[in-house]
Amino acid sequence: MSKIVLKTENLGISFGGLKAVQNLNLEIKERQLYGLVGPNGAGKTTVFNMITGVYKPTTGKFWLDGEDLTGKGQETINHKGIARTFQNIRLFNNMTVIRNVMVGLHNQPEFRCNVFTSIFRLPKHFKIERAMRDKAKKILDIVGLLDERNNLSCNLPYGKQRKLEIARALATNPKLLCLDEPAAGMNPHETEDLMKIVRRIRDEYNVTILLIEHDMKFVSGLCDEITVLNFGTSLVQGTPEVALNDPEVIKAYIGG
Amino acid sequence: MINLKNAKWNHYINYIVVAAVTIIFAILSLTGFLESSDKYLLEKIAIAITLAVSLSMVVGFLGELSLGHAGFMCIGAYLGGKAAVILEPMLGEWPALIVSLVIGGAVAAIFGIIIGLPALRLRGDYLAIVTLAFGEIVRSIFMNSSKESFGGSLGLDTPRFNKDILFIIAFVMVLATLAVTQNLIRSKHGRAITAIRDNEIAARATGIDVTKYKLLVFAISSFFAGIAGVLYSYSNFTVQSTKFSYNYSIEILVMVVLGGMGNINGAIIAATLITFLDVELQTILTGNLAVLQDLIYALILIVLVIYNNAPALKPFREKYNIKTFIGRFRPHNPSKHKDDEAKWDRVPTKIKMDEVLSVDLQVSSPYTPDKPGKEGK
Ligand SMILES: Nc1ncnc2c1ncn2[C@@H]1O[C@H](COP(=O)(O)OP(=O)(O)OP(=O)(O)O)[C@@H](O)[C@H]1O
Ligand SMILES: [Mg+2]
Repeated sequence: MSKIVLKTENLGISFGGLKAVQNLNLEIKERQLYGLVGPNGAGKTTVFNMITGVYKPTTGKFWLDGEDLTGKGQETINHKGIARTFQNIRLFNNMTVIRNVMVGLHNQPEFRCNVFTSIFRLPKHFKIERAMRDKAKKILDIVGLLDERNNLSCNLPYGKQRKLEIARALATNPKLLCLDEPAAGMNPHETEDLMKIVRRIRDEYNVTILLIEHDMKFVSGLCDEITVLNFGTSLVQGTPEVALNDPEVIKAYIGG
Repeated sequence: MINLKNAKWNHYINYIVVAAVTIIFAILSLTGFLESSDKYLLEKIAIAITLAVSLSMVVGFLGELSLGHAGFMCIGAYLGGKAAVILEPMLGEWPALIVSLVIGGAVAAIFGIIIGLPALRLRGDYLAIVTLAFGEIVRSIFMNSSKESFGGSLGLDTPRFNKDILFIIAFVMVLATLAVTQNLIRSKHGRAITAIRDNEIAARATGIDVTKYKLLVFAISSFFAGIAGVLYSYSNFTVQSTKFSYNYSIEILVMVVLGGMGNINGAIIAATLITFLDVELQTILTGNLAVLQDLIYALILIVLVIYNNAPALKPFREKYNIKTFIGRFRPHNPSKHKDDEAKWDRVPTKIKMDEVLSVDLQVSSPYTPDKPGKEGK
């Protein structure tokens, strides 16, 4: 069996009296497409916020590739290999599409260059800029935004903005890519397209993907395994066919 | 359409203009065509440009509101000035000037980092208040210093330097400021800085070291403010703490805002015009009329701001604005340019005033949660 990329143990957080997430145990294996679903307010985004360092968990721990990252800062966690997109799109709006991706490439070892190299315009600066641009184009090509590369990101239609967020996250070369409702606001055609893109990213970049999604067709068409959250606790874990037909889950959705 | 050639030209236009102006005036000065008041005006203009460009890094590119720029200048003026007084007899005038420029800049940069630290947690209005207070504290420390140390309320007398050359040195410093600022902004580091300005949360999630870059910007910005301070002390032969009140910080901010946030060429032009206006009003309105100086100065500023912003004047402005004139050399809409090879280091410079001054009264909590149930549209 392949190795475990992300493991959480009794992960939980409370805001004041509200236990937003409790006792969450996940084991996500390498190259898996893992889904996190549940009704509104179930705590899905909060899980993302914990494993990307936005919130410090109040209980439990999590490991990436066996390394304990509980309580680490956002930047550190990204450097260690977890990248994410946001439910409310957060792009760098005053930048062109390609620049957004180039910011994602900022910390890659092959593009390291200190401030003085840039200020004094040493040859290395130009070399790196060119290399970053080429790499960014490759990534944009995967999500189908290559032709948009010189447009301002805020001028993109909604679906393309979501794809750009994925490209930017992918540029940080993560082991685990977390997508928060990537298909939200997309039409069925775009959703179909996105499924292909996500699969292609997994195959070409060997990245493990954890995604939150309300579109059950998307989830069952794409994910190998899912966890259903309700009121911050895990209801069922398993393959989409089994988990989504579980009576508890159906009750949670109808009841919620 | 701007092609590759124009894009390069656009990058170097401000160096070329500043260098050409410097050379022309240097020739005029060395051949005896300039009066001392002209040289004084040129020194003042160079100092103002250095201040405006360095402040525009913090306000325009990092997107943090600083009202303490005069404080960093004050530190440079006093420490550089004092260093010059001590070193001049030992080293001679040129080495003393150079060393004191470095000292003034470096000490100001250290204070820039110290002030940058709260900027990591505070933002908007709160940071503005902290920087404002910083400027006033610095000023009053020097004002209350002993006569032997920094001259106290009498001010610190600084060495004289050949006036034919001083403004040239000041303009060389302008070129250095421009080079450092623009090269930094037009690089991956500049991209990281604008990313922080555009969306700090996303920048963090993308692995950008926000702490490092915020402190870097504050350090570089105050370094050049310190240099401007040293030049000021040489230009005036004396440093008076009253000069560095928050009024002066605001004046520098006005230059940045009038020039258009994050628009370096605009800041240069605004700094030149405002300084010219200021100095000329002081020469024209003397005696009883001196009371009118501030009034007229303020009125002209108000007119300029209205001219720059009033919606009713938009068509007129688009026809006659300096910005439109510069715009011929300066790209506006990146989407128009398909030749991305040429624009690899072009920087988005448009940022709205209300974004910078946005009322974000919260001491920044680590994160604004993605609202549950909101899927956007
Ligand atoms: N910073 C916070 N402070 C207080 N409560 C919070 C905070 N963040 C999240 N919550 C609460 O935690 C619960 C889970 O929110 P979360 O955003 O994780 O839901 P979600 O599963 O992502 O829902 P949706 O499908 O609507 O995106 C909600 O009740 C929310 O109000
Ligand atoms: Mg959510």
